[in-house]
Amino acid sequence: MSPKTIYDKIWDAHVVQEDADGTSLLYIDRHLVHEVTSPQAFEGLRMAGRTVRAPDKTIAVPDHNVPTTHGRENPETMTEDSRVQVAALDTNAKEFGIHYYPVTDVRQGIVHIVGPEQGWTLPGMTVVCGDSHTATHGAFGALAHGIGTSEVEHVLATQTLIQKKSLNMKVEITGKLKPGVTAKDITLAVIGETGTGGGTGYVIEYCGEAIRDLSMEGRMTVCNMAIEGGARAGLIAPDDVTYAYVKGRPHAPKGAQWEAALTWWKTLFTDEGAHFDKVVTLKGEDIQPVVTWGTSPEDVLPITGVVPSPEDFKGGKVDAARRSIEYMGLTPGQKLTDIEIDTVFIGSCTNGRIEDLRAAAEILKGKKIKVGMRAMVVPGSGLVRAQAEEEGLSQIFEDAGFEWRLAGCSMCLAMNPDQLAEGERCASTSNRNFEGRQGYKGRTHLVSPGMAAAAALTGKLTDVREMM
Amino acid sequence: MDKFETITGVAAPMPLVNIDTDMIIPKVFLKSIQRTGFGVNLFDEMRYTRDGDEIADFVLNKPQYRETEILVAGDNFGCGSSREHAPWAIKDFGIKCVISTSFADIFFNNCFKNGILPIVLPQEQVDVLMKDAEKGQNARMTIDLEAQTVTTSDGEAISFEVDAFKKHCLLNGLDDIGLSLEKVAAIDTYEEKSAQARPWV
Repeated sequence: MSPKTIYDKIWDAHVVQEDADGTSLLYIDRHLVHEVTSPQAFEGLRMAGRTVRAPDKTIAVPDHNVPTTHGRENPETMTEDSRVQVAALDTNAKEFGIHYYPVTDVRQGIVHIVGPEQGWTLPGMTVVCGDSHTATHGAFGALAHGIGTSEVEHVLATQTLIQKKSLNMKVEITGKLKPGVTAKDITLAVIGETGTGGGTGYVIEYCGEAIRDLSMEGRMTVCNMAIEGGARAGLIAPDDVTYAYVKGRPHAPKGAQWEAALTWWKTLFTDEGAHFDKVVTLKGEDIQPVVTWGTSPEDVLPITGVVPSPEDFKGGKVDAARRSIEYMGLTPGQKLTDIEIDTVFIGSCTNGRIEDLRAAAEILKGKKIKVGMRAMVVPGSGLVRAQAEEEGLSQIFEDAGFEWRLAGCSMCLAMNPDQLAEGERCASTSNRNFEGRQGYKGRTHLVSPGMAAAAALTGKLTDVREMM
Repeated sequence: MDKFETITGVAAPMPLVNIDTDMIIPKVFLKSIQRTGFGVNLFDEMRYTRDGDEIADFVLNKPQYRETEILVAGDNFGCGSSREHAPWAIKDFGIKCVISTSFADIFFNNCFKNGILPIVLPQEQVDVLMKDAEKGQNARMTIDLEAQTVTTSDGEAISFEVDAFKKHCLLNGLDDIGLSLEKVAAIDTYEEKSAQARPWV
């Protein structure tokens, strides 16, 4: 048998039927659903008189639209259109009998944080959701990717997707990370290297010592942004770190099934000599704390750098960089550490887990944020929030001057009231710095949680290593 | 889904690279639970001022491009969010074909589910089509999916590749779900086998 990558193995285990041209029907083990990309899909089912084929494998949670302020269980706190979307999810979850975590449930949170937390996401699974950051679940050695609403409807009706296999890409991070460098810096540095289209057509396997050394939280951060590099999915082979995280979760297998699962999971690695169509290697020790300067996640530079000139680029990127620099209100040659910010957002499916909050709290402990700074922490789930309160992190945030919010997507995509006003500038632990992403004409600099905390203290983009 | 017929129509040039789905349809318009009505907000923040006035130099606001049916775009079109509202908005505006050097994966798939043809061509050929699109409404391109050709206003025909299954579905307006449900016996068999092999799933 020819050597296989982990992607090959998971793919092969899920092919229901393959046509001569490679078009395959792929079985889906877990389907996560949220309120923004699902109403039309459920409506489509209803119109066609179809049902959800596997309600037990379908998990719904409202996250994109929900307010993160207290009292949100009262629908009056939502705008009319948000209320309609959340109410539609509520109705659809009940009508079709799928698992559901409403805002009144402490387990509610961002769908990509809830799935792993509850043990829905397991190694070797296929996981999809009508959200591009589904790649997050790849951290468990699962094949996980975002789909559109038509595909949501397709999965609801058939528990399968029509797919063609992607190519294999290996991203290896060798050696050790330096102090102050995190999973967020790894994933941004990779996109800086490959560009936002560098992964198009591929499924990425992240490997190497620096990846192995990461916790599950860190691995989720890395895989989360695979989509920002254009890849269909990003994944990391499971190991003892993975099994330790999964064991004992509410929906993880127990007893004899745990042992059976573990036996299979331990076969999920890339065989010696397996073929990769593309390989990118970065040295862990070369990666520095990074920030984005522009309006594409590929616009990445070490915090010690300066704003580039459009002329530094080639082809279509020259005009794109000119547009970005103007939109961001920056000057070529300006030191990144001279960029003043007025808002800090810590949260999202990229960096809304307990470890992220610990890293930020570590920098903030006993300090106050700059006067006039608007800063908020939005935990990724109700359970992350509860744990942070138990560990005393929420007290550190509040003492420093941060708002301590309820769980949701919040200012990562600013569909709820948490938004930037025109011209405001945010150091954000989220995943996209697109024009208007955090609010109309808002400006976003993507950073790690420690860097976001450091910026809140100084009022400028700041090298976290100076605060350690 | 409507069948994809041969189009002869106005092509608009959008050479900017990395046009993301937040640009195509900003999130404030994602709160609808319908699939229609998004066309008026296509490229909203590039197309209108905050007060809702048209920005005159945005391509689709120019008189010669108001009836655009084909978009010729910069590299990595449709990157970002999985929102199908992006192709819904494109379709609702009246655009049936987008041509670029590359597309983001999810957006690319979403197009086919909505009767939109995304065409990938090498840079030199996209450059030719971009120049042609820049001529305005007198330069009407023809997209023939059956023959897999784009023909410029000067009569230059450029061939493109398209996945055979996706082409078949577009040409015949086929519903994916209906097709997959015809394979329900295979899905049943797979589920029985995997319940044995991986009972914890």
